[in-house]
Formats: sequence, structure tokens, C-alpha cells
Amino acid sequence: MSKYYLFQDIKKCIGCHACEIQCKSNKNLPIGPKLCQIIQVGPKFINGLPKMSFIFMPCFHCENPWCVSACPTGAMQKRSKDGIVFVDKDLCVGCKTCVSACPWGAPQWNQDTGKVEKCDYCMDRIDQGLDPACVTTCTTGCLQFGNVEETTQIRRERHASAVASLEKSSF
Amino acid sequence: MDKDVYSLCFMCSVRCPIKVKVKDGHVDWIEGNQHVAGIDGSLCPRGSAGKSLLYDDQRLQSPLIRVGERGSGNWRKASWDEAIDYVATQLKEIIDKNGGHSVALCERAQLSTHVSKTFLKALKSPNHFTHDALCKGSVNTACRSLFGYTDGQMGINYGNTKHIVLYGRNLFESLAVKEVNTLMDAMEKGAKLTYIDPRVNVTASKAHRYWMIRPGTDLALNYALMHVILKERLYDAEFVSKWVHGLNELQDFVETYTPEWAEAETGIPAEEIISFVREISQVKPAVIFHYGYRGANLTNEIYMRRSTLILNSLMGSVEAKGGIFFKKGPGEVGGKAARKLVSQDFPKIDVPRFDKVGTKDFPLPDPSHGVGQILPYAILNEDPYPLKALIAYRLDPLMSIADTNQTKRALEKLDLIVAIDINYSDIAWYSDVILPESTYLERTDSIQQMNGLKPQMFLRTKAVEPRYDTLDGAIILKKIGEKLGIGDYFPYETMEDLVDWQLEGTGFTREDFEKKGFVAYGPDQIFWDRDKLPFKTPSGKIEFKSSLLEDVGFESFPKYEPIPLPENGKFRLVVGRSAIHTHISTQNVPYLNELESENTLWINTAKADELGIKNNDVVEVASSVGKGQIKAFVTDLIHPEAVYMLHGYGHEATRAKRSFNKGLSDAVLQENLTDRVGGSPAFHATFVTVKPL
Repeated sequence: MSKYYLFQDIKKCIGCHACEIQCKSNKNLPIGPKLCQIIQVGPKFINGLPKMSFIFMPCFHCENPWCVSACPTGAMQKRSKDGIVFVDKDLCVGCKTCVSACPWGAPQWNQDTGKVEKCDYCMDRIDQGLDPACVTTCTTGCLQFGNVEETTQIRRERHASAVASLEKSSF
Repeated sequence: MDKDVYSLCFMCSVRCPIKVKVKDGHVDWIEGNQHVAGIDGSLCPRGSAGKSLLYDDQRLQSPLIRVGERGSGNWRKASWDEAIDYVATQLKEIIDKNGGHSVALCERAQLSTHVSKTFLKALKSPNHFTHDALCKGSVNTACRSLFGYTDGQMGINYGNTKHIVLYGRNLFESLAVKEVNTLMDAMEKGAKLTYIDPRVNVTASKAHRYWMIRPGTDLALNYALMHVILKERLYDAEFVSKWVHGLNELQDFVETYTPEWAEAETGIPAEEIISFVREISQVKPAVIFHYGYRGANLTNEIYMRRSTLILNSLMGSVEAKGGIFFKKGPGEVGGKAARKLVSQDFPKIDVPRFDKVGTKDFPLPDPSHGVGQILPYAILNEDPYPLKALIAYRLDPLMSIADTNQTKRALEKLDLIVAIDINYSDIAWYSDVILPESTYLERTDSIQQMNGLKPQMFLRTKAVEPRYDTLDGAIILKKIGEKLGIGDYFPYETMEDLVDWQLEGTGFTREDFEKKGFVAYGPDQIFWDRDKLPFKTPSGKIEFKSSLLEDVGFESFPKYEPIPLPENGKFRLVVGRSAIHTHISTQNVPYLNELESENTLWINTAKADELGIKNNDVVEVASSVGKGQIKAFVTDLIHPEAVYMLHGYGHEATRAKRSFNKGLSDAVLQENLTDRVGGSPAFHATFVTVKPL
């Protein structure tokens, strides 16, 4: 896996799709390819309350990416320094083998160029010390990019404050 | 050359602060202004599509003059000189014959609204109206009736709240970034959200309590809440005894509106109403009964809006942290507001407004916004006098005023329709001349005076040169004005001149905005002393018993009129917004269209089964004034008495190819009804039939 972790704080996500649009806007993509996508599941009534989930689907930058092994031209690559899986468009011939190979639907088709587009965590931005486009302007800040330790901390702190009951505690 | 430009978004009217990165004269990247708390670099989906709008080749590219029939879509390109000349010549003829008041101008209130108002005032026309009235006229009147301030002078302190109650205010979808994030922060700290809506949406899914209320009965619920609060003495006694005028009258009035009575009307169990009141009153005054963003549902809208404000008052959450507050202007800290062109001296106008606001026929709505939905009646009936010309400035009467067929009949009577717009809106398509405005990324605009807990000023600054042959609205109106002999009212050549003129005497200059995009008059949030609240009502108190209403013969507490069940086979039509689009104006923006290109009609599963309608079937929806076809979305997530559709679809301008003829316009179905006390239209008072095709 890449050394990065893109964390989606489900509790704060409102499914507004700003991430998808900013991604396309940053990469000047035409209608069609969505390098990341929010998929809404629900609403469904759980214990009398309507609940919905917004599942954020970028590329997962697999440790052993099937798209890379499947690519016949070497266009699909894994960056050695950090494990980001990206496509070199100069080498892509548009054969769509990676599209077939990826179990997650990450490689996307660009009708205008006849080549594949894929989430590369905005590696040009990362190399400048910035966050990926989707994370940088996320409406609620529910997307966070960084190392795993920082993002797991959010959940631990939230859980701790939820279970702690200072008012009712006998301690 | 690369540069960063601080500016203001205008994909919707919220106008969030942004930073635009410009590379070689092109917009490369837009993000939220990270110096503004609650924005912190964020951008909503519409804001994220700014580039998609800017580089869209389906938007207006040059002035156009109609050559075929109205609405036929036959245009010829014109130079600015020719188009301005054409408009001015026609206007002059109309004004010479019928007087300046025969010209009306409608607009979505914006930073340069003071320019459009100046244009009309100089022509001796009182007939300016804004989108605001169509959205929330009754909220405005309700606020004035209780506090003496307009809704625009009030704000909500989301960040410190402990419990917020939203009545159809779909805050997490019909979204403003700062509101969303400050409320999200409060919820992270433990704040509770109660959501009330006949339809489940994203906001409902984030709520701690959700009530699928019978559509139209929010007022009954609120009267029962008051009943419990007063009966169990759960109000903020100190605040109420000091500041409320008319508590006894309210107490008598809500005596019979018990939770059990409300259960029968609203469908919400009485015991839930009682336990809710007990729960929320524990965290007063940090509670918010949201008085509404759009407040335009029923013909007694003002009383629903008053009821939410009365609930806040009972909880003492007025001018309280985590409650509602009054916005503070620069005067609070010895500062001076930016000048506006309307502060000049104008000729006296001796005719009433077209909507008769401010006369005894329609005394209470705010004349600075007017009541736009009266326009078709005023034109058709020539009452109070004939209107001859309309300038539609980014406000589309065809899709924003209920009953499009009637509005069309009215517009046919006009001698001149001019549209100032950025897109092929339906009104642009139906006009005689289109004057294209530059997008927000291509123009500097008038100062944004941001009153609030901390008074500030923001500035929209041109990031790139206009991509097409377009101009700033304030320049367009000045150019027309010059041809009509009122040029002296516009003392500027460029938008930069106008901003400099506005800033004179404030102690700030345009350069002061370059660093962060805004300037602040002082460092601290200002809350007034709760012992010395300057209510602007005649009694100086919060007027439950309202002199504003009673002095012109309206009741403060009219008896509740039960909401009858819809007739057999009919549904109450309710409408709303999503996160992806702004009203009627963004459906053709490529990235936004890609995500949401069509609306659907939500219908309850059991009702759909009865009618033989399956999910995704195309159905015909008809009201007394119009009909159309739309795909059905069959779901348990809507109350059986209602059907719902997103506002903003069914566009008729063929050159806006992506949005043309996609989905159905709610305005075609809605009857043009008005709250005659408060001024809002009643967008949820129309019943429709639905049948499979």
C-alpha cells in the first residue's frame, strides 16, 4: 500500500460531491470520468431514525495493484518512493485492460483522449507539500490526508468523549 | 504570470470568501479563503464548479437582440454600443409616454443592488424587487413584528448551540459552508439536532430526532410546544418577564392547543412532543428554533415564522450564545460603513409600487424587497397602472414566480424585456435584448458589508479578464443611464472607481483587502448586554402581541386553521433544494449537470402502488394551472400526503443544451398565492394529481 492514508470521517460527510467536482476541476477532466466518487447508500430507517451512508471511492493504491500487472505498456505504474499508483498517459494506449483488472472500478475512461484516467492522490500537489484536491476543499473537512496515526486519533478521541460520562460518573 | 486573488464566490447568493489561483491569465484553482473561520479553505460543490462555469462555451458570449418572435430563439449578435443604444431608445420612448414608473427591475439581491436601485430611483420608478421577497418575505415581516429588525439584521450562532430545531431547513444540502461547519462543530461538541420535514433528506439522516410531520402542520406543532413550555413553566422566566410583551395573551391563546390536539393534526405523538420540550428547555438559552431560510410555504406563513421566533424568545435564546442574535454594524465599534449610491438625493416618486407594498392594501411587507409574485397580476390588470418594461437582472420571473403560464401571459403585454444574465436563462431566452454579464471570476464588485457578531467588509476582485464580450452589471446600467440622461448618478468609470468611492471615509482602501480578502472593524465578537437590548418595536420589547400587525388590523394570534386532508387522488406539492444546484441558475453548468441533470417526483410507495406507478415511470403531474411530465421516485421516505420535486428544472432555452427540457419546473404547477400579511408566496399550497402514462 502507499504510505499515505486518505481518511473519510463518515460522521461529518454530507454527501455533497464537492470532492468529485474539485477533483475533475483540478485535472480539467471532461464529462464522464470520476476519479473519486461518493456513492450514497440508503437512507434506511435504523431504530426509527433515517440513516444514510456516503462511501468515498477513490483509488485505493493497492500494495499489489492488479491494474499495474495487467497493463501491457507499462503506463500504469506504482511510484517507488511512496507507493502511489498512477498512469503515465504518454504510454497509455487505451486498451482498457486496467479497467477490467481493477476490482474497485478505479481506472476511469476519458472519451476525449481515448485513454485511462486514475486517481493519483494528486501527486503533483503532494510533491509541493499540498493535500490532494478532494481533501483540500472538502466542504466539511471530512476528508483528511496524511499518515495513518493522525487519522485514527480522530476516532479514538471521539469515542472517548462519547463513552466518558463526567456528570453521571461515580469516580 | 501567476497570482493569488482573494475574492467572493457567486455560484450561489451566499457569497463565500474564496482564493483564486491564476496561471497565465487562466483560473487554475479555486479554494475557500483559509483566513475565514468556518470556511477554512472549504468550497461547496457549486463553488468547486466555478471553473466549469467560467470555461463553459454555452453561456452568453455577446449582447444579443431578438429578431424572431419572443421565445423563438432567433437572435442577432450586437455590439455593446448598439445593444445599449437599442435598450435606451426603447426605454426613453416608454418613459416619455408612460412615466418612469412603467419600468420595473427585478434582481437576485447582490453586491451591486445599490446600483440597480439607483438606476430606478433616478428614473422615478419605485418598481424594484428582489428574489428575497419570493423566498422569505414573511420571515422578514415576522422578525420586524417581534423585534423591529429584519431577518437580514439577524443571525444564528450555530457554533455554540446545544440544540437546534430545523423545520424543513435542509441545512446539510441546501448548504452554506460556514453554517454547515459551525453546526457540525457544535454537534461534535454534543449539540442535538431535531429535524422536522415531511421528507427524509441528508439533514434528517444527521439528526438525533426526526419527525415526518404531516405537510403544512408545523404551526400546530409549534403551538403545542408553546402550550407545554407555558404549562410546565419551562421558559426563561427572567428573560421573558423583562423583555416579552404579550405573554398572557399567548398563554390564553395556546391553552387549547394541547400535545394531544397537535398529535391529531401533525401525526407526531403527544408524548414525544412533551419529552422534546422537557429535553430542549434544559439547555436553554443555547437553543435555536430555526426561523427559516426560505420561508414561503403557506398563505399564513408569517404566523409559522412568528411561532419559531416566539419559541426562541421563550427559551431566552435571543441575543444569546448558541441562540439567535442581532447583527452588529461598524457603528458598534466606531467604524463607518461603505457608501452606497442610494445615499444620493433622488427626485420624489409620487406613485405607489406595482405591488402596492407600503399602502393600506398591502401594508406590511418590506418595500426594499417588494413582493415579486404580484408582478404578473399588476401587468395583466394594469393595477395600479400599466407596466411597460421589465429589466430582469439574474432573476427569472418565469421560473421563480409561481404559475409560469400566467407569468408568460403577463410578459406578453410588455413592450420591452431586457435580461442581464450570465446564462441562457429562460427569461433571457424570452426577452428582447440580452446584455451578458461577466462571471464573478471576471469582475470586481461593490463592497460586501458583512454585519454580524464581528463587523467586516469583503471584496470581490476580478481574477481574470472576461473570456467573452461581457460587462459588469453596474457598468451596463451606468451605460444605459448615461443615454437616458441620468449618468450623474453613477460617479465611476470602472468597478475599481466605484469601490474606491464606496470606501471613502471608512479608513480602508482596496489594498487593505489584498492580504486576506476582507477587513475587520474590530477583533472581538459583540453580544449586547441582555439587560439593555435595543428592540426597535414601539414597546421596546419583543412583541408577541404585535403593534405592527394590530395597527393595520391583523391579529397577533389568529385561530389555527386545520390543514385538511388532500382531496382524493391529490397530493400537496412540496419543493426543495440539493447541494448540487443553486435555484434555477446552475443546471447547465457542465460538472453540476453531470451530477444532477434531471429532477424526479418523490411519491410515497403506498400511494404509488394505489396509482399503479413504479419507480422511474414517467408520470403526468397536473395542478389547476399547469401540467408536465417527470420521472417518479417511489419511496417510503416521504409523507403520503405530499409529493416532492427539486426546484430549478424544465428549462426552455434551447441554447442551454444540457439543461434544455430536462425534468419539470415546479413553477409551471404552482398556483400564484400569497401570504397577504407577511408577503411570501405560498409555494406549498398547491395540490396536484399524479397519473402514470
